[in-house]
Amino acid sequence: MDWILEIFAVSTLLATIRMALPISLAALGGLFSESTGVINIALEGIILMGAFAGTIVTNATGSPLLGLLMAIAAGLGMALIHAIASVTFKANHIISGVALNLFATGATFFLALVITGGSQISVENSLPKFLGLSPVIYVTVAIFFLSGFFLYRTRLGLRLRATGEHMAAVDSVGISVTKMRYIGVLISGALAGLGGGYLAIEQANFFTKGMSAGRGYIGLASMIFGKWTPWGAAGAASLFGFSQALQFRISIPFVPDEFLQMLPYLITIAVLVGAVGRATPPAEDGNHFIKEG
Amino acid sequence: MAENTRSEKAPDPLIRMEGITKRFPGVLASDSVDFSVQEGEIHALVGENGAGKTTLMKILYGIYSKDTGQIYFEDEPVDIEDPKAANEFGIGMVHQHFMLVPPLSVVDNITLGSEIAHRGILDREEGKKRIQELASDIGFDIDPEARIEELSVGVRQRIEILKVLFREAEVLILDEPTAVLTPQEVESLYEILNNLQEQGKTIIFITHKLNEVMDLADRVTVMRDGKEVGTKEIENTSKKELANMMVGREVLLRVEKKEAELGEELIRTENLTVTNDEGKEIVNDISFSIQEGEVFGIAGVQGNGQTELIEALTGIDEFSSGTVEVQESDLTNADGREIREEGIGHIPEDRLDRGMITDFTVTENFVLGYHTFERYSNRLFLKLREMDAHAEEAVEEFDIKTPSIKTLAESLSGGNQQKLIVARELSQQPKLLVAAQPTRGIDVGAIEFVHERLMEERARGKGLLLVSSELDEIISLSDRIAVIYEGEFTGIFDADETSKEELGVYMTGSKRQDEEKVRRKALNQVSLRE
Repeated sequence: MDWILEIFAVSTLLATIRMALPISLAALGGLFSESTGVINIALEGIILMGAFAGTIVTNATGSPLLGLLMAIAAGLGMALIHAIASVTFKANHIISGVALNLFATGATFFLALVITGGSQISVENSLPKFLGLSPVIYVTVAIFFLSGFFLYRTRLGLRLRATGEHMAAVDSVGISVTKMRYIGVLISGALAGLGGGYLAIEQANFFTKGMSAGRGYIGLASMIFGKWTPWGAAGAASLFGFSQALQFRISIPFVPDEFLQMLPYLITIAVLVGAVGRATPPAEDGNHFIKEG
Repeated sequence: MAENTRSEKAPDPLIRMEGITKRFPGVLASDSVDFSVQEGEIHALVGENGAGKTTLMKILYGIYSKDTGQIYFEDEPVDIEDPKAANEFGIGMVHQHFMLVPPLSVVDNITLGSEIAHRGILDREEGKKRIQELASDIGFDIDPEARIEELSVGVRQRIEILKVLFREAEVLILDEPTAVLTPQEVESLYEILNNLQEQGKTIIFITHKLNEVMDLADRVTVMRDGKEVGTKEIENTSKKELANMMVGREVLLRVEKKEAELGEELIRTENLTVTNDEGKEIVNDISFSIQEGEVFGIAGVQGNGQTELIEALTGIDEFSSGTVEVQESDLTNADGREIREEGIGHIPEDRLDRGMITDFTVTENFVLGYHTFERYSNRLFLKLREMDAHAEEAVEEFDIKTPSIKTLAESLSGGNQQKLIVARELSQQPKLLVAAQPTRGIDVGAIEFVHERLMEERARGKGLLLVSSELDEIISLSDRIAVIYEGEFTGIFDADETSKEELGVYMTGSKRQDEEKVRRKALNQVSLRE
């Protein structure tokens, strides 16, 4: 019955936090993007890009901090493409996102091959731990506090949220819908990029192809389960992080390990089936703004 | 412009629009229109749907750019490029479709774009205070923390007005402000507008309801087909004159109704009951029959079971008990297709929700519901050519204004959408037509047209079940009128011998005829005089 004890162990808690981190950043990113009504399914590819860019720069400069900044920059770059396609050129948000995900998968694999000749690159440095955890984790907690304040208490936050609910109303009071949407999408790219950088530099200490492994999608699921609020998203991401932490730490008699590895994905499906009906997404999710006259 | 009897040069106008022209693809929405407003007046802008009223105001508010023409503000030529520029001249607009964000609070909605903030951080307390002051200035209370989605349409409109006042507007443009309001809400809107005028604000309101113009406005400008037809002082004009100016010809405000020529019984319903999900009877034990050549009207305040009765009759909902017989065949709880095949047409109450698919073309909407009929399809394929040919004829015959039959129904005006539905149902030559609110939200000319067509059907010996909340309409079209109150008929009347006042008393349930008599009168078993 050791596996029951393992569930409540401190080490499991720490593993949960580590696992939840990229998911929670993706969830928060999705939240910023969707608060302006832009669906950002490219989070998956952004995490992967962030992980790759962060790895390369960390190894090239020897500085994990520069690596993380590069991961954020890569996320911003991907998000900018998404914003140009889906906001300026009014492409379908999902299609643009899927295209970016395919691009990230192919580009990172190809570049990894070209640069190192293999599909896995180990990361040579990471940030010094603080109280046993990566400093990125503390930064992320701070980001969550700031995001809550930003979205609900500031002028720009109000404008972003209003854009996701009623673009014409925002436009009618002289606020640029396009600008708001760019801001939302770019913030989402920076956050998910940081999540990717953390994943490779701080958590795994290597980059490998396809290492995002659905974290962007699970992040979106967390955002939905968390009802499009920062703390809801953080809670949901922790639940998924917990299920990922468990899969490596326990083995239940007579249950094949493969089943445990399915756990995060099964929980994703179960949670979405249960939650989607009740939560209301921003009304303008996926819509395009077409100005009259 | 022979009709243009503009008042002798009063004081200089606050706003003057000269020769405003705006062309949309395929439409000349505004054709060198002149329009001017005096400071402190209530100015009505009237015309049929599509006459260019809203276009003109959206140009003044900077939403549309004009092709040619000039706007003068206090006699200075000005450029109004966007709503922000309009705000700087003190012009604000209350849109017909509210520009409010439903999940956000009243204070966030009103301040959006002009937020009170210190270094980007919102000061909601200050905002709430200012909003409450503004509200009490024009005579109402408001909870600034309520979320918009919790509020009624009437309150939402007040919030739109506050939004404009919050931006320190001196000129308020209201686009069909009463279209969505209940009669009580209209009363309090009148009060608010009068209060605003007392404070020296200038008000322009767009409408096509002439009663409102007479009640509220100081002056009125009439538009037709993108042109200004004339501006009148209210004292020097009448509803009749304005109606004629709007339509461009003599309008019959009353319907010509010939003597009824009744034939055989068409439909006979007995003991109809509809219960809702909670098991409550929404329609309670109603019986009636309609004969060929007869219009049976049902009058009542909205929400007394009319909608449920009609929907169960036409196969959308179900009766929990009762029978419906149409010339010997039992149609109780038949589905929509069986009902259509039996020759019953339906003009639904809510044209957008029940009557059409706005993303479909005019042709597709024209055959909707009849697309399985032999004339439009064989077993596998639609007969596209026949569909187009019939739609083309109907567009012609019913004078539906559309660029083509391939146009999406959403780009038609409300009146033309309604004509399309009426055209669809009448083209099938039904023997019985169920018409619910057939003229709701459409303009004078289209109302007249629909009424004429319905009366033609009656003259041809068709039966008509008419539900309307407009008492004038019920009285002028019907032969017999049943008043419905809380799902029951409270009285049956001869349309020629009743009045709005009498029906009104029965509509509120304060008086009712003997139950058994009502039943027998509704079933045509005894004369209405008994």
